[in-house]
Amino acid sequence: MPKIKYITHDGKEYDVDAHEGASVMEAATSSNVPGIDGDCGGALACGTCHIYVDPAWFAKAGTPAQDAEQEMLSLLDNRQDNSRLSCQISMSAELDGLVVRLPRGQH
Amino acid sequence: MTPSVNDEELARTTPLDQFDVSRPELYLREGLHPYFKRLRDEDPVHYCKQSAYGPYWSVTRFEDCVAIDTNHKVFSSDASVGSFVLDDATLNPVVENGLFLPNFLGMDPPRHDIHRKVVSPAVAPENLERIEPLIRQRSQKVLDSLSIGETFNWVERVSIELTTMMLATLLDFNFEERRNLTRWSDVVTASPGDGVIESWEQREKELRQCEATFQKMFAERKAAPPKSDLISMMAHSPEMADITPEEFLGTVVLLIVGGNDTTRNSMSGSAMAAHLYPAEFEKVRSNQALIPSAVSETIRWQTPIAHMRRTALCDYEFRGKQIRKGDKVVMWYLSANRDERVIANPMAFIADRKNPRHHMSFGFGIHRCVGNRLAEMQVRVLWEEFFKRFSKIEVVGEVTRIPSCLIHGYTSIPVRLSK
Repeated sequence: MPKIKYITHDGKEYDVDAHEGASVMEAATSSNVPGIDGDCGGALACGTCHIYVDPAWFAKAGTPAQDAEQEMLSLLDNRQDNSRLSCQISMSAELDGLVVRLPRGQH
Repeated sequence: MTPSVNDEELARTTPLDQFDVSRPELYLREGLHPYFKRLRDEDPVHYCKQSAYGPYWSVTRFEDCVAIDTNHKVFSSDASVGSFVLDDATLNPVVENGLFLPNFLGMDPPRHDIHRKVVSPAVAPENLERIEPLIRQRSQKVLDSLSIGETFNWVERVSIELTTMMLATLLDFNFEERRNLTRWSDVVTASPGDGVIESWEQREKELRQCEATFQKMFAERKAAPPKSDLISMMAHSPEMADITPEEFLGTVVLLIVGGNDTTRNSMSGSAMAAHLYPAEFEKVRSNQALIPSAVSETIRWQTPIAHMRRTALCDYEFRGKQIRKGDKVVMWYLSANRDERVIANPMAFIADRKNPRHHMSFGFGIHRCVGNRLAEMQVRVLWEEFFKRFSKIEVVGEVTRIPSCLIHGYTSIPVRLSK
């Protein structure tokens, strides 16, 4: 099972074993990691699973694949270059050890 | 209310092609659910040939509403091609030379994005943490003014009072005159004969007063150094430097209605749910970690905005139906939130529901409610402070509802509280 490390805005770390194919959003919400809401359930429709991909992982997971994700991200106040919607990152062996940081809140 | 009307029976026997779920009397008597259920089951993308608002499509299933809401390239909110509410009269001129109320909810990208992002920081989590103590203080004061055993109108004393104070704060509006905000909020979505206004001319006149008040505020804030209130933010925003007076008023109206009628009715819905589902209320009272979940559930169960509308920009086939360019397409959030396909036992209020945030009340896509976390915070603080003072809330008289297919809520809920 590929591992994900979530780091909250105030520095708390949560390590989660994700199912292969699960999204970074689902892995967080099913393990009660605080700070990812995922209101729309992964439909790319709300922007409440916003995360920052750690610079070391940027090449593998930092770039939105779809225009629709870009569009939702562009409406966020706290968007950065490494912003992603975590429902759109699907976990695989290749992403084992992924580190993501969480914003202060989702809205 | 006409007690002889049996909506279950009517919804079962009326031919589908005669369904019109926009009729205000259905909302006045909360009779619409059986009609929505039949539409979801038998004709989830339904064409209503004739209504007070002209012909329109009804989209009633959850997943279909999400599909329309997120497809803004085909289904436009833009005021130039229609409106984001079924009734064109809400935002477009009805009387000659009347007011036009353009705002970012009624815009497509890119202008939408630019305007939305000007107001968005005011309701971002960081700012909400800053204003929560003030909201708590006010909620405490309002709840402290309520007497045990006395019968009073929860809508007036709690819902309206709290949401209006909040709005006055966000806009830095003259606090003593804050009930003007409540009035304007009601007037915007009103139509003649609904108990709020008598004529379109009256509506126009009152909205002109609203315009004059806010234009004065805008000019004053622009001349003064920037502050954190929304009017000052707009006045000093480089992105809104070219905002027209009409767009400014339209945006103000959007903020007033968006921040007022909505949360107001979630607060009213809280009282209704507490009364109708005492076991669920008790569950939350005895385990207050459930409050955030109960708040999301209240917002789903109440669904203060019954619908949002889009206008098709081109011919488009959707779920086997041919939608034509220019057609009005209504997403019935109230129905989506009762869709058995997505939400288990959807008619019931369940405080510890699984995935309580997965509801339609804020909409989805680029127009999703920008103030959603503010709304949740206000309702959460109300529940938290309520439990410190009272153990029970009972509805003790006739509840009256708003006869509107847009604002799904109440004008009066007589309640009595127990210690």
